Amino acid sequence: MDKFSVFSSRLVEKSENFTSGHRACQGCAEALAVRHVMKALGRDTIVAMSTGCMEIISSPLPLTSWRVPWIHNAFENSAAVISGCESGIKAMMRKGKIPAKKINFVAMGGDGATADIGMGALSGALERGHNMVYVCYDNEAYMNTGIQRSSSTPYGASTTTSPAGKMSIGQRTQKKNMAQIAVAHNIPYVATACSSFPFDLMEKVKRAAETPGAAYVHVLSVCPTGWRIPTQDAIKYGRLAVDSCVFPLYEVIDGKYKLSYKPYKKLALTEYLKGQGRFRHLTDKEIELIQQRVDKDYERILRLSKEEE
Amino acid sequence: MAKPMEKITWQELEAGSVVTEIGNARVYETGSWRSERPVVEASQCIKCGVCWLFCPDSCIVKAADGHFEADLTYCKGCGICAKECPVGCITMIAEEE
Amino acid sequence: MARQRKGIEVSIAMADAVAQADVDVIAAYPITPQTHIVEHLSEIVANGELDAEYVPVESEHSAMSVCCGSSAVGARTFTSTSSQGLALMAEIFFIAASMRLPMVMALANRSLSGPLSIWNDHTDTMMVRDAGWIHIFVENGQESYDNVFCGFRISEDPTVMLPLAVNLDGFILTHMIEPVIYEDNETIRKYLPEMRMKNALHPDNPVSMGCFAMPEIYTEAQMSREQGLLNAYPAIVKAWKEWGDLTGRYYQPIETYRTEDAEYCIVTMGSYGETAMEVVDALREEGEKVGVVKIRLWRPFPFEDFRSAVEGKKSLIVIDRAISFGGPGGPVALELRSALYGRPNAPAIVNYVAGLAGRDVARSDFRKIILEGKAKASKGETEGFTLYGLRG
Repeated sequence: MDKFSVFSSRLVEKSENFTSGHRACQGCAEALAVRHVMKALGRDTIVAMSTGCMEIISSPLPLTSWRVPWIHNAFENSAAVISGCESGIKAMMRKGKIPAKKINFVAMGGDGATADIGMGALSGALERGHNMVYVCYDNEAYMNTGIQRSSSTPYGASTTTSPAGKMSIGQRTQKKNMAQIAVAHNIPYVATACSSFPFDLMEKVKRAAETPGAAYVHVLSVCPTGWRIPTQDAIKYGRLAVDSCVFPLYEVIDGKYKLSYKPYKKLALTEYLKGQGRFRHLTDKEIELIQQRVDKDYERILRLSKEEE
Repeated sequence: MAKPMEKITWQELEAGSVVTEIGNARVYETGSWRSERPVVEASQCIKCGVCWLFCPDSCIVKAADGHFEADLTYCKGCGICAKECPVGCITMIAEEE
Repeated sequence: MARQRKGIEVSIAMADAVAQADVDVIAAYPITPQTHIVEHLSEIVANGELDAEYVPVESEHSAMSVCCGSSAVGARTFTSTSSQGLALMAEIFFIAASMRLPMVMALANRSLSGPLSIWNDHTDTMMVRDAGWIHIFVENGQESYDNVFCGFRISEDPTVMLPLAVNLDGFILTHMIEPVIYEDNETIRKYLPEMRMKNALHPDNPVSMGCFAMPEIYTEAQMSREQGLLNAYPAIVKAWKEWGDLTGRYYQPIETYRTEDAEYCIVTMGSYGETAMEVVDALREEGEKVGVVKIRLWRPFPFEDFRSAVEGKKSLIVIDRAISFGGPGGPVALELRSALYGRPNAPAIVNYVAGLAGRDVARSDFRKIILEGKAKASKGETEGFTLYGLRG
């Protein structure tokens, strides 16, 4: 039995550092991912969060869903803000101004904050090697402002700024691969995860926090509102993304790839696409082309992990 | 408990509008959003906690006898618990019923 | 370090002051003419003379963001920038003030692009006039050095908790070698206690910072911010007074030179004050009843100090170092006009915009501006502004 087939809820941290009363949409798997991440990190954590869904839904003044020290500053700078928190605490501990203590420094942002507007700040923080974890909650569009496309929106998805139409397939560009960009920074830990696989997610976040230096965790976060799926299916679609190998789960530890989970039977892409309103317009031929791309990307990860299909 | 935002005077705000009462969002009862609610058939519940694990609103609580049920104060009625329950002991029923 | 008088570049003196202030975090990105300050600081850190984290960020936007993070955890924080760098960090510059995050910035004033220019004027700082920072303008190396300490003292004062910019003219000050008295570390320690931040981010005392505000509460948040800046005024005056008591060098929000019996005054902000004083001395020899009014504290603007400094004067000749395009004059003149508007017997204001992007304004130019300005005032020509030295 591995972590993907066993139910062991009893072993999971009970305390909630991200409390009820947050205003995420019904069935928000991104809020669920935040919940899981916070369970993994525990109380000795400082969080810097980018502007976006998770920030808005958790901090309408004078209320907060956070039970750990939390700071929101702007959209594109959570990686830089956490760099400052880490540097400040490090200097003050070294100088004896505050007692020494292990603190997790964690920046969080959506895919827009990470892959688009905040990529410079993230790249700078990874390059400088602060002792931090950056968690990207990727729901594959600017959901907070109303489902506009980002560079992390997959090819063919219809969004409010990449609408499908007579002259458009929807998103015309391929999804930017942020995990691979993080790997290119030669940081000691990179992982992909999904809240549909909570034990894997929590384990990776713990490992990221324990790794000295900069770590990056990319979390696929199903968004029923933006993906146009029924709210109860949020977990299912995360599972389908992984089982169809659209979103493989893997780690890159000190440059070495390790596949976290290999589906028993790789599902056809259509299993994942069908039922999602954002892909409803795609023709069989178009899906076939996307399937080829998925296969190619997955084979690459397999090759890097020295696994055989 | 935090005052409603429309009652707070500027003098009552901390410098920088820092919120010092952590987790006080619990005063906001998201259960009012709900159109369907989960009903657990306790006799069938195997107490695995999958519903608890997958709830985005952390609103699943353990009853005295060990089975899980939704705290309707916060439950938004997304239906994930009903969908994910491995034994199918949770059903979503419309609020007006 | 013992008390000593040094002939030194102003940027280096400022960096040395930052080290003496025992900062914890410095985050900066290179931009002319601020570079000597941060270069010297990184050297001091590299040599182990200052125990601090020097964060070499990838942009000014991140420099200000790192400063927000380090200030939020209660670390003493310094940065420095100019011009385009300030423009790039402008977004976070405003947020730093709204979150009440203490830090000191050496703002080496430089013109804003375009056209691109690296030379000095005040267009960069005027862009962030309304951000809610405390803005101090200095005239020489000694003032630059002193106001690093005063700056931290004011910024970190528990009744203030606001970021503070020490504005110094790029090149004219930053690259000038001047005599500067360095105070000994004992004096600095006495003057500048460790920062104690009530709501610093730490797991032992979790708080949420930077929550978003609905319309129902945004107004209250802004008033809290405004009041914070107004509260800074007494703290600033006190900090300067105590610095003066320790060192013999006193600073005032509005400073005057030979104004007691002056009928009219030239008003300056920044390094022009020094030249203005020399020219006024010469004009006094010729019997002109002229004085100098120098604005040291730009935000919060010291309305009462200013009004009493110019009471009974016939006219003020205001030199601005920036244009408010499409507006009625330079930003300083605008401020002064509104400070005096509707007051009986208020002095007439004649506005010159001069020295844009480092164009030299020599003593002879000051003389011309003063005499021409006086004549304009007497003829009632007080509308708008004159772009001094403009060809065509």
